[in-house]
Amino acid sequence: MRRLLPLSALMLLCQTSLAATAYVSNEKDNTVSVIDLSTQTVTETLDVGMRPRGLLLSHDNKLLYICASDSDRVQVMDLSNRTIIKELASGDDPEQFALHPNNKWLYISNEDDALVTVVDVDSNIVMAQIDVGVEPEGMAVSPDGKWAVNTSETTNMLHWIDTASNELVHNTLVDQRPRHVEFSKDSKRLWASAEIGGTVTIIDVEQREVLKTMNFEIKGVHPDKIQPVGIKLTDDGRYAFVALGPANHIAVVDAKTWKILDYLLVGRRVWHMAFTPDQKTLISTNGVSGDVSLIDIDSLKVTKSIKVGRYPWGVVVTP
Amino acid sequence: MRTLIFLISLACTSASYAATETTTNLEIAIGYLAYQPAPRPLLSNVIPEPTDAGLRGAELALVDNNSTGRFLKQNYSLSSHSSASAEQLLAAAIKQHDAGIRLFVVNAPQTILRQLATQLPDSLFFNAGSADDELRQSACISNVLHTLPSDAMLTDALAQFMALRQWQRWLLIVGQAPEDIAYAEALRRSAKRFGLTIVAEKHWDFSSDQRRSASAEMPLFTQSKDYDVVVVADKAGDFGEYLPYNTWLPRPVIGTQGLTPVGWHKTIETYGAAQLQKRFEKHAQRWMNSVDFASWIAVRSIATAVTKLKHANPAQIRALALSGQLPIDGFKGRKLSFRPWSGQLRQPIALVHPRSLVSTSPQEGYLHPHNEMDSLGFDQAETTCHLSDKAL
Repeated sequence: MRRLLPLSALMLLCQTSLAATAYVSNEKDNTVSVIDLSTQTVTETLDVGMRPRGLLLSHDNKLLYICASDSDRVQVMDLSNRTIIKELASGDDPEQFALHPNNKWLYISNEDDALVTVVDVDSNIVMAQIDVGVEPEGMAVSPDGKWAVNTSETTNMLHWIDTASNELVHNTLVDQRPRHVEFSKDSKRLWASAEIGGTVTIIDVEQREVLKTMNFEIKGVHPDKIQPVGIKLTDDGRYAFVALGPANHIAVVDAKTWKILDYLLVGRRVWHMAFTPDQKTLISTNGVSGDVSLIDIDSLKVTKSIKVGRYPWGVVVTP
Repeated sequence: MRTLIFLISLACTSASYAATETTTNLEIAIGYLAYQPAPRPLLSNVIPEPTDAGLRGAELALVDNNSTGRFLKQNYSLSSHSSASAEQLLAAAIKQHDAGIRLFVVNAPQTILRQLATQLPDSLFFNAGSADDELRQSACISNVLHTLPSDAMLTDALAQFMALRQWQRWLLIVGQAPEDIAYAEALRRSAKRFGLTIVAEKHWDFSSDQRRSASAEMPLFTQSKDYDVVVVADKAGDFGEYLPYNTWLPRPVIGTQGLTPVGWHKTIETYGAAQLQKRFEKHAQRWMNSVDFASWIAVRSIATAVTKLKHANPAQIRALALSGQLPIDGFKGRKLSFRPWSGQLRQPIALVHPRSLVSTSPQEGYLHPHNEMDSLGFDQAETTCHLSDKAL
């Protein structure tokens, strides 16, 4: 009895923290899986464009934006009835994107064309196309709205775009194949992963200077398999989570001291992650094993894996 | 003969780089040399091989280098020359050398590569055309790095897969060309290395037209003591294309036909490879092959080294490559690097069928104390080469 009590209390806690819905893009199925996080089951599978990868939500959580890479468009889904209401002029092969805090300007990486396209999502007008390096991939807009940063995988750079002028003003060389960038909530730090370099670089935004380049090491995993991709930072500034691709682990990093706290075993080839709105649970997409892992952030334990479609890639969560 | 100079001008870059301050650009000139003899007559000549293999890969890498270079103030140019005569190729190389070129990508047999490297000892050569094992095992040339996988790497990749699948008894069929005999030698070494048995070996010397009588000739030719698999060494595709489905026993065909180990293939798509394939197909209007890839990654390796060194000194590029401190991104799912002893680029090897990727070696479970990719080809202990001990 005594041992059961805290367990049931924990379960109750889990229940409340998971009353949310996750959307997962399945790259090789041309679908989006809908997961009810209160029951932890896939409740619906939605047909979308070809090779869906990056996903993001409008800041009011009403719209879901989908990069349908092989359809060469960004689709907009109304989440009230889960239908595609609009397709945006995204440029060719959109892979990742980021929405400006004004909820209007969408910054899209066009992987095949070495461009970043900026689209006004209301008018569907292309506001700018900015030349960047070869194979632009990661995309982030700072929470204060000043910077849009793009990563180019073959050029190995972070490209800093001033959102006021939509012009490229600075480039930062990082390690091989930068895949993802993430700003801290206060817009002061930028975290960038380098897949082939095997590193994560932390950059001071104001000076645009590299503060730290982190390496990862997992016992029993060959260093070549440690390929950082997705990064997520908790709003409270406590943790950074780094998805390590074919190493099948997520690194837990102290976001203040930059010390690695733990490595969590998830599914195979872990790509990207998303928090639940209460930031109590982290969800990762595991491409090769075709599932998502749920991680409890208080205990830093993987609690569940849920089967989705083939090659899950992007994930977002609505309340 | 035909000399093409590609100068990717900076003029095409848009005004958005106005913010980057202007100082002098670092100019990096690369030579591309291809030996292109008239093709020999082949029995299976239905699907022709591309005549510009290699060059297209080098050109694409040049575009990739320059799009990075414009941010770093590096400007790459490529002078290419192809010839059916070794003498003319050598003359072209000297001309390029006189024009200041010290970095070369060569798509030629080992005899020509050796002449070039000896003739121009102050230059660094990337071998994108010869799979010759001697060049990586006993007769390494100090100013040559290899981006094309060696025969031994290819056959080891195949043998690992065979061992895993328990296809232990091989019927080996060998063509008459010197490169077939070399490939067969690599196969024998791999069989021994991974504990597989060659139950019988046959040499193809028929002169009949197999397009009409393959179904009659091949079953007879493949009669032998029971085998699990037919392993064929026919690099040019003279007769091997007629082996699958025509063997005496219903067995798979592997080697230079059937299931084939390659450095690159259309069916490689993961780890960002799909983007490289698309870029290449847009550029060349055809699929990328192993020689294209070897040339592409040679030119990309130069840029990776130049970005790190901030100059293009061939001796220092070579030293950096052989130091193990030059990780190369090759869209193959692993960090690639050059072996310090032989200058061979470590890389996973794809095992492909014409329209599908069957597997990738090193196979899971073939462990290695330093790098699993060194389970393919000549490992440090198996070679007499010590390139990294010597300076250029």
